Formats: sequence, C-alpha cells, structure tokens
Amino acid sequence: MKSVFLLCLVVVLAACQREERDFTKRKESEPPDTVSVSPLHPGNPPITTLEESKYEQSAYDVAEGKRLYQWFNCTGCHFNGGGGIGPALMDDKWIYGSSIENIVKTIKEGRPNGMPSFGGLIPEKETWQLAAYVRALGGFVAKDVAPSRNDDLSASPAENRLPSPKPYNGKAP
Amino acid sequence: MKRLTAGLVALLLSGCSNYAVLDPHGESAGSISELLLLFFWVCSIIWLIVMLALAYAIFRKRPAVSGADLLLGAAEQNRQLTAIVSVCVAITFLVLTGLTFSSYIAGKAVADMAQRGTLTIRITGYQWWWDVEYEDTRPDHIIYTANEIHVPVGEAVKVKLESGDVIHSLWIPSLFGKRDLIPGQHNELTFIAEKTGIYRGQCAEFCGLQHAYMGLTVVAEPRATFDAWRLSQLMPAAAPKQDLQVGLNVFLTRGCALCHTIRGTSAGGRVAPDLTHIASRHTLAAGALDMKPDQLARWISDPQAIKPGSKMPWIDLNPDEMRAVTSYVGSLR
Ligand code: HEC
Ligand code: HEC
Ligand SMILES: [Cu+2]
Repeated sequence: MKSVFLLCLVVVLAACQREERDFTKRKESEPPDTVSVSPLHPGNPPITTLEESKYEQSAYDVAEGKRLYQWFNCTGCHFNGGGGIGPALMDDKWIYGSSIENIVKTIKEGRPNGMPSFGGLIPEKETWQLAAYVRALGGFVAKDVAPSRNDDLSASPAENRLPSPKPYNGKAP
Repeated sequence: MKRLTAGLVALLLSGCSNYAVLDPHGESAGSISELLLLFFWVCSIIWLIVMLALAYAIFRKRPAVSGADLLLGAAEQNRQLTAIVSVCVAITFLVLTGLTFSSYIAGKAVADMAQRGTLTIRITGYQWWWDVEYEDTRPDHIIYTANEIHVPVGEAVKVKLESGDVIHSLWIPSLFGKRDLIPGQHNELTFIAEKTGIYRGQCAEFCGLQHAYMGLTVVAEPRATFDAWRLSQLMPAAAPKQDLQVGLNVFLTRGCALCHTIRGTSAGGRVAPDLTHIASRHTLAAGALDMKPDQLARWISDPQAIKPGSKMPWIDLNPDEMRAVTSYVGSLR
C-alpha cells in the first residue's frame, strides 16, 4: 500500500516539470553564415554540428508557430504543408535544407523561385517559432511536442501523427 | 478565525466597486435587478414570519391540561390545525405563483427588446481583445474598430457574439448579464443604455493567460454625438503630415502591417485590432493601459512586459523607429 502511495506521489510530482514560456525580449543569435543550403558541394562533406534548437523542444513555441503560419499567410502558397504555389513542406524533399537554421534563413532571406523575404517584417523569435513549426510539418519534431490537433476542419492529420522523414539523398536530415 | 472574517468582509466589500450589478443603467440590467430585489424582499419577509412563528412555538406557555380535556379537545384542535395548514399552503402557492410570473415578465422584457434593435454590433472575441464591427446593409457604412463600442442612449442595441479562438464571455454589469462567445456558434443579446456614461465590460470566462486584461469600454452618448462618432469612424486614416510619414514607413516595413489594418494605407492585416482611429479610443490593449502617448510607447516597445503571452510580439525597433511609429500611431484620431 505504502509503495503504491509513494509511486502515485512520484507520478504526481513529475507533473511539476512544466514547460517554460519565455516572454522576455531576449535576442536570438543569428544562424551562422556557414549554414549550407544544398547537400551538393565539392570535396568532402562539411561537418555540421548544429544542435537541436530549443524552439523545437517547446510545444508552446511550435503551437505559436502554427498560429503564425496562418496569420502570416504561409498557407496562401504552401497550403497546410501540402504545397501549392510553393513547394510542399511535409514531404522528404528540402531544396534549401531541412535544419531549423536553414529554414530560418529561407524565411528571412526568401528564395529565388518565388519565396518572399520576411526579414525585418517578422520579428526574430517569431521567425524561429515558424521554422520550428515547419520542422513539425516535416515530421522532425518529437511527437509530444508537435501540435496534436487542428482548430478547424482539416483534411490532413495533426502534425504529431505525420510520419518521420526518411533519409534523403543518402544524407540523414 | 478573526483574520478569516476580515478576509471575507474585504471580499464582500470588493463587490461595491463601480461594476455594481445593483446599480443598473440599462433596461435589461434594470428588470433583472428589480427581479432580484423583489425576490430578496419577499423571501426576507417570509423568513421573518417563519422565524417568529418558530419562536412563538418554542416559548409560548402551554396551559396545564387534564386527561379529560385532552380527549374532548382533540377533535376541535384537529379542525383548527387543518384550517391553519390549508391557509399556509394557499399562501405558499400564491407567493410562488407570483414570483414565477414576475420572473417570466422580467425574462420576456429582456427577450422583447430584441425586436426593437436599431443598431447591430458584431463583437468577436480573441485572445485577449474584442474585434468590433457595426453592421450595415451598405458595405461603405460598416465601421471596424476594436475594444470600444459607442451606443446611442435609450435605443435598443443588438449585439452578435462570436469567437475567433476559445470561449469568452461578455459582461457589462451595469448594462446586462453575461453572454458567452463560443467558437462556431452565434449568440445574441439586446440591451438599452439608459444613462450617458462610460461603462466597463469584462471577459467573464477564463480564456488564458491575459483573461484579466480583456476589457471592453462602452460609451453611451446622445444620438447626435453618436452620429458624429460614427461618421468620424467611417473615414479612412488621414494622410500623414510630413514628419509623420517616417512613422507610417516604419509601420509598413517593420511588420506591424502584417497584423494590423490602418484604412487608407496599405496596412491590411486582419488578425489584430484595427488601428485606423486608435487614438480616439479611451484605452489601449483591451483596457490594460490608458490611451496616453507614454503608455502607447510602453505598449509598442514591449507588449510582453505589459500582457505576457499577448499575441502581439516584441519588435526590435531602434529608438528613432520607435519614436516615429509611436507618434504616427498616436496621431490616428
Ligand atoms: C508568395 C508565395 C509564398 C509565400 C507567402 C510563402 N512562401 Fe515559402 N516558398 C514559396 C516558393 C515559390 C518556394 C520555393 C522557392 C525556390 O524553390 O526557390 C518557397 C520555399 C519555402 C521553403 C523552402 C522549402 C525547401 O524545400 O527548402 C520554406 C521552408 C518556406 N518556403 C517556408 C515558408 C514560410 C514559413 C512562409 C510564411 C512565413 C512562406 N514560406 C510563405 C512561396 C511562398
Ligand atoms: C503578430 C501580429 C502583430 C504584429 C506584428 C504587431 N501587432 Fe500590434 N497587436 C497585435 C495584437 C494581437 C494586439 C492585441 C493585443 C492584446 O490586447 O492582447 C495588438 C495590439 C496593438 C495595439 C493596441 C490596440 C488597441 O486596440 O488597444 C497597438 C497600438 C499596436 N498593437 C501597435 C502595433 C505596432 C506599432 C506594431 C509594429 C511595431 C505592431 N502592433 C505589430 C498583433 C500584432
Ligand atoms: Cu476571458
């Protein structure tokens, strides 16, 4: 009996580990200029040691990214990830790289075939939240972090039920 | 124990602020509070009578009786008791019927006002502000604003309630009772403001971090003043004078326009309060701040410090951009 009680206590206490929400005006460090945009490059493969961004580990930030994805009308071109005028963001193909740093750069700088540049328009933190959400669309984000439901009717399943990406071009994402 | 009492008293007294439900200035709030008073007095009087009867039963002197008297009196007593109980049941029936009827009348008075509406306002709740649209059959007569409504005194106003995200509830204690704003459902209510004045409304359904700072200002004014206000709100924003042009540029190039609309400029975002006539409102950010230049600067420079979690992000503007955009937004009367 006692051990059951103790177990319950431990389980209850585990719930105290709440996710932090950061509302301070802290600046995000720029993604390094060395971020490679294409897996095609001369010579040996570059050594990329990009650590996982904290934005991809926070369900709050990914959910905020999901809201902003609608608010800033990414849906207008990419739809809900399936692609339209812009390429699909939920498939395994990444023209400009799938790391969060790559995606942040894509959003900030725009891309030549019609992706507008949002640099200076979308604040830094919100750009990272958007990028974290794009990663969730691609299935890179842990299932307990990715959004689990849509607020509106949607043809596609929620992001946390999307399949994880397969290695592409022989290179793990 | 003493502290507990003091705490309870303080809690009760806090109900005496200007939110007071017992100080109605609107027709529906009026009939509701009349009903409340009627119930209060009827119930108090009945309670008093019952208590007096009880006291009498406890303390009255019982006459000393012999066995023979008892047997003789039983029949007589029985008749007496039957009479008393019948009269009490009849009174109870009458009182309850009366109360039911008056409650029906009050409910009907509130419902009947819906037919008399001269003005329809659509209010949509968002985390954590109110989007406002004055409906009109002519599209160029529709007013868009936020966080503040104006109504003509003495006229029935119909309010359509919707929600853009989670459940909210609109409550303007001096004017009407609570009504929920539910995603995917249309709710309506009608009210009449009977006295000019500025009333404060509040979201009354917990809706997230900044629920407490989700206020709505209601300005009740004479018809003429209201019409003038309506005309001024229909105008697009005035073209900025020379020195304010910089501020408009900052607004358009630093992302404000992604979310906010200023009619008459190319800013057309539809996810945040319409700022076309922001400086003509009484409050900022749904009642969190007063509409004053320094408070406006505080809001724009760090909204997250004032309403943490608010959907308006902190935007990293340099001091020049800050000054320019604040004076431009502050000039939008
Ligand atoms: C006007 C249409 C348009 C809008 C709006 C738009 N995009 Fe794009 N996006 C594109 C196009 C077109 C491309 C492909 C560019 C190329 O191939 O050079 C693209 C590419 C991208 C890529 C790179 C995909 C890859 O395979 O590497 C990402 C990530 C992306 N967009 C994210 C976003 C986000 C986030 C938003 C919202 C802030 C957004 N886009 C808004 C049109 C748009
Ligand atoms: C991501 C969208 C977004 C951006 C970008 C944005 N805002 Fe806002 N803004 C909001 C939201 C949402 C609110 C309502 C916040 C609340 O009351 O909780 C708001 C509120 C305001 C208000 C108060 C409105 C009222 O009715 O009281 C002002 C003034 C304002 N913003 C100015 C600006 C300026 C200036 C900029 C650019 C520097 C800007 N905003 C950028 C979303 C945004
Ligand atoms: Cu609320």
